[in-house]
Amino acid sequence: MGELWVVGEPGADGGLARLSAEVATLARDLGAQGGRRVAGVVVAAEPEMIATELARYLPTILAIAEPAAVEHAWSAIAAARVAGLLEEHASEPPDVILVGAGSDGRDFAGALSALTGLGVLTSATAVAWTDSGPAVEMSPFGGKLLTTCGFTGGRGIVTVRPSVADAVPGDTTGVVETRQASGPALPPVRVIERTSEAGAAAPIEEAKIIVAGGRGVGGPDGFGLVGELASELDGAVGATRAAVDSGWIGYSQQIGQTGKIVKPDLYLALGISGAIQHKVGMQTAGSIVAVNRDPDAPIAEFADLLVVGDLFEVGAALLEQLRARSG
Amino acid sequence: MHIVVLVKPVPDPASGGERLGADGRLDRASAPAVVNGNCEYALEAALKLAAASEGSEVTLLSMAPASAPETLRKALAMGATRGIHVTDPVLAGTCAVSTARVLAAALKPLTFDLVLAGVDTSDGLGGTVPAAVAAHLGLPLLSYASRIEPDEAAGTVRVRRISATGYDLLEAPMPAVISCTQALGEPRYPSLKGIMAARSKEIATRSLADLGIDPSTVGGAVATTTLIDSRTPPARGATEVVRGSPAEGAARIVEFLAQRRII
Repeated sequence: MGELWVVGEPGADGGLARLSAEVATLARDLGAQGGRRVAGVVVAAEPEMIATELARYLPTILAIAEPAAVEHAWSAIAAARVAGLLEEHASEPPDVILVGAGSDGRDFAGALSALTGLGVLTSATAVAWTDSGPAVEMSPFGGKLLTTCGFTGGRGIVTVRPSVADAVPGDTTGVVETRQASGPALPPVRVIERTSEAGAAAPIEEAKIIVAGGRGVGGPDGFGLVGELASELDGAVGATRAAVDSGWIGYSQQIGQTGKIVKPDLYLALGISGAIQHKVGMQTAGSIVAVNRDPDAPIAEFADLLVVGDLFEVGAALLEQLRARSG
Repeated sequence: MHIVVLVKPVPDPASGGERLGADGRLDRASAPAVVNGNCEYALEAALKLAAASEGSEVTLLSMAPASAPETLRKALAMGATRGIHVTDPVLAGTCAVSTARVLAAALKPLTFDLVLAGVDTSDGLGGTVPAAVAAHLGLPLLSYASRIEPDEAAGTVRVRRISATGYDLLEAPMPAVISCTQALGEPRYPSLKGIMAARSKEIATRSLADLGIDPSTVGGAVATTTLIDSRTPPARGATEVVRGSPAEGAARIVEFLAQRRII
């Protein structure tokens, strides 16, 4: 029976991306359900740190050192190396390869799919194990449908959304094996510069609490209050497309159809009407609390709690009460 | 510059009516088709790049059912030079593996400096096709572009890529594949002149045979993935509406967060 492989992605701090730790935990559960062995695969210039972190979650880690990854985009290099590793394991290939559904993971999955012909099930919101392999739940059409899909040949690649599983280390620490993998090459893409945006220490998809502002915030200054509430709640700042298009906040914070899909425990929406393009990015949040002047705004239909009022007045009062509470 | 833009017709996300038919495939009668949002950003970026370089051409490439030209006309009205419509009954129900292979085969005979695609499509949100097309063609992929700067003299292109926590500045030789985001700028509305001109623009139709693809190797019959089940997601509970003073509203939020053990 084929193994399950988890591709460990580098995070912003050079260690393991949190999403990869979540995917590893999910895969370990699937492995237990299906009686399959689970291994991690790490491709990086210096894979030791990422591999050691991934070994907290999985019993075996295959670490491939790829010096080119320093100066080049990760996904093409990693996809080519993993394709090479698959060639070496051709007699006993893994059944499922799991990777995060972030920008790097999607690029990786696309390239690996082209190199191997393996199918891809994308942006999984849940995965279960069945007799015929993984049953992958997805939410196409902006979450208007939930579908469960499988691989016709039993084997394939799955990209997994953030927060599908909580990252929980395993009972024992895994073993890191160093591998060399040749195989195909994809044209490298040089990275001239990497810039981290202030306030974006962690990707917004990973935030457990998001305080988001929309058109009602009125301008860049209005995001000051949004930011203060986010920081008081230990959360991240999100925004609607209208706020981003107006230049009030960076695109990396945009939630919705052409932005990011998030699933935090709490989504606090300030001055957000809840148009369908925004809703598709946040409707699966654990709790949705909205502050809006208009009681008939679309968000009234899917928020758990709607406070009708001025977002600055309610927001300031909320900030005061939260601060008093945390003393 | 010769730029090819990959364009996918999708059910209008604003219609809210999308559903699957009895065959587990999109019921195309359920919602009107529009050009996918991120494809429009790609097209807008292509039109701006083309306008900056004399003698440029923008070709639309779409793999879509026979009804697609209507949607392609709208994209042509924005200012693209011509369209190529890959269509074949065999391709109904195709998976992402076949899609990428067919698009790559359609690109192969074309001469281009850049292929621009949306980072994902609003129907499935998969986001793997641009990377797969690039890998099939053996071309560099510069993804999640928020800025595109070709240097025609040097034969290279630079892309400001939106990363998980900020920006990467990428560079690769052309031809290259670039996946595009909304950060590239708002797509233009077609002008009346553009709409008139689009009527007479060429949309060439290509079948699998034209592309030299054996129909038994692609499409719904050999899809790598299969639908097991589909359902409507459970509705969220009723909304509690609070009216009152700002302090009362804030107090209810604090209480709610505490009840749900969020704070």
